[in-house]
Amino acid sequence: MRPALSILFFTTLSGAGYGLWMWLGLGLALDAGSTPAARAPLLVALAGGFLLSSVGLLCSVAHLGQPQRAWRALSQWRSSWLSREGIAAIACAVVALVVAALVWNVADAVLLRAAGGILAAMSALVVFCTARIYASLPTIAAWRDPRVVPAFLTLALGSGGIWLWLLLAGSGVDGVPSTARALALAGLGFVVAGATLVKLGYWRAIDAAPVAGAGAATGLDRFGHVRAAENPHTEANYLTHEMGFVLARRHATRLRRVVVAGIGIVPVGALGMAIGWPAASPWLAALALASVSLGSFVERWLFFAEARHVVMRYYGAHSGASTASH
Amino acid sequence: MTSLPSPAMKKLGLVIDLDTCVGCHACAVACKEWNDGGSFGPLPDADTQGAKPDGVWFNRVHSYEVEPHARSGCGGGSHDNVGGALPMTVHFPRSCLHCETPACVTVCPTGASYKRAEDGIVLVDEDKCIGCQLCSWACPYGAREFSAQRGVMQKCTLCVDRIYNETLDPADREPACVLACPTRARHFGDLGDADSTVSRLVAERGGYALMPELGYQPVNRYLPPRPRRDGATATPAATADEPLDHAKLSPLLRWVDRVLSR
Repeated sequence: MRPALSILFFTTLSGAGYGLWMWLGLGLALDAGSTPAARAPLLVALAGGFLLSSVGLLCSVAHLGQPQRAWRALSQWRSSWLSREGIAAIACAVVALVVAALVWNVADAVLLRAAGGILAAMSALVVFCTARIYASLPTIAAWRDPRVVPAFLTLALGSGGIWLWLLLAGSGVDGVPSTARALALAGLGFVVAGATLVKLGYWRAIDAAPVAGAGAATGLDRFGHVRAAENPHTEANYLTHEMGFVLARRHATRLRRVVVAGIGIVPVGALGMAIGWPAASPWLAALALASVSLGSFVERWLFFAEARHVVMRYYGAHSGASTASH
Repeated sequence: MTSLPSPAMKKLGLVIDLDTCVGCHACAVACKEWNDGGSFGPLPDADTQGAKPDGVWFNRVHSYEVEPHARSGCGGGSHDNVGGALPMTVHFPRSCLHCETPACVTVCPTGASYKRAEDGIVLVDEDKCIGCQLCSWACPYGAREFSAQRGVMQKCTLCVDRIYNETLDPADREPACVLACPTRARHFGDLGDADSTVSRLVAERGGYALMPELGYQPVNRYLPPRPRRDGATATPAATADEPLDHAKLSPLLRWVDRVLSR
């Protein structure tokens, strides 16, 4: 599948934004927002999540052929995960605004804890819907893998957590060593390590999956070995351009190493150092963020670029590649 | 509404005969011509005379070479057909199969894609389509092509603007591809009616659905190619039976024949 930049930015940025809100909502639910001193950093973090998710959603609108009709996408929630995602995203933004109002007014602690819990749950729901858009397509075996939804959720949580870490460290909140701080950083470390392990399992699974050819697609395999002798068109068309992307599979091994280092090794190292060396926390957070941003972008690029679409079977197992590269 | 209608009695679709299709692309061209000017058109092209021509077609004709199993093994393996049948060329028109459970419809976030309750035709309302292209990802058969010029998804309409068109002669109320086919390899009808001409054809010839394992329940059927004459044995048989009337030869040739036949 062709990795469209608009979709890569959409899923990685909005994923990080919702991941940030998941941590923030969880923190609020665990009673982190009841003091007036926490007001400013909490609002900054809420705004950061809002910016990330909104920019991501705007990127997704750029992918549309008729962006002025985007509002129509909210109508078919009964059957379409894309529609459900749009509705969940808007609902989540409303919850975030309510949470911001409660934080601003230093509202009742119970109310704020409840709202924080709802924000975390709604953010997770949006990312779940995003992942289901891809995971529900029977045409792309690599996206049917049961690890797709966990991979989206853990990476959103990991990258969002690092954003929150940077925002808090930058606001000067993260400096005093405490058990809670060490636990939060260690928890984040486990999340990014988990996201990396999920991806490793995913790659192992898609590498082992068999690739069918024209014989299975045409039903002619009962007569013999089916080879595409001539394609319907001499140039690339929409299908071969959109679904016949082959570059990634050629460079997959190297790019996967970039992902493992980017979302796993570097952030885990930075988090470990920050636990023991609080003074360097803002710099380590910035390093981890740069690393996880690059890593998740490459991860999402591979998620699209490595996935094979069933329709390419009609162009022959390998001949689709040559058509697309013309 | 992108939720699917309850299953209809009527299932309009095509039956495509892979035995008689000669791969002339007349169906594709006739389709392009009708639909470019039809209710669902235009089907714009870009850079038609340039280096990278591009455009939307509802119908694409592939050509395959089918090597019989016995010869396809590379070294070893079971060879029950050592005499060797020749490879078979099969032309394969590919278009929308108007599936009974099409995921292209259910994934649509806007309601632009829909399946008609009355006859099962799958259509796109181009005034509602936002061009997210998710439906083309959901289609295993490559039936949907995105028009970059129009910013919307386009697909086969089963010529819904022909088949019910009362301004046309009744004989012309068939999809353009069916009418254009010079070998009558394409048949249009109601596959929900077991007594229809197309259903009987499917029953007689063992018509099959494409990739049924994906669960889309396509309505269109493909008729398999009939067994071909065996090239290796057929050719010598034809030459051996060639008659030669010696009486009609000139004396010189009669002598040559006698000498060479010794």
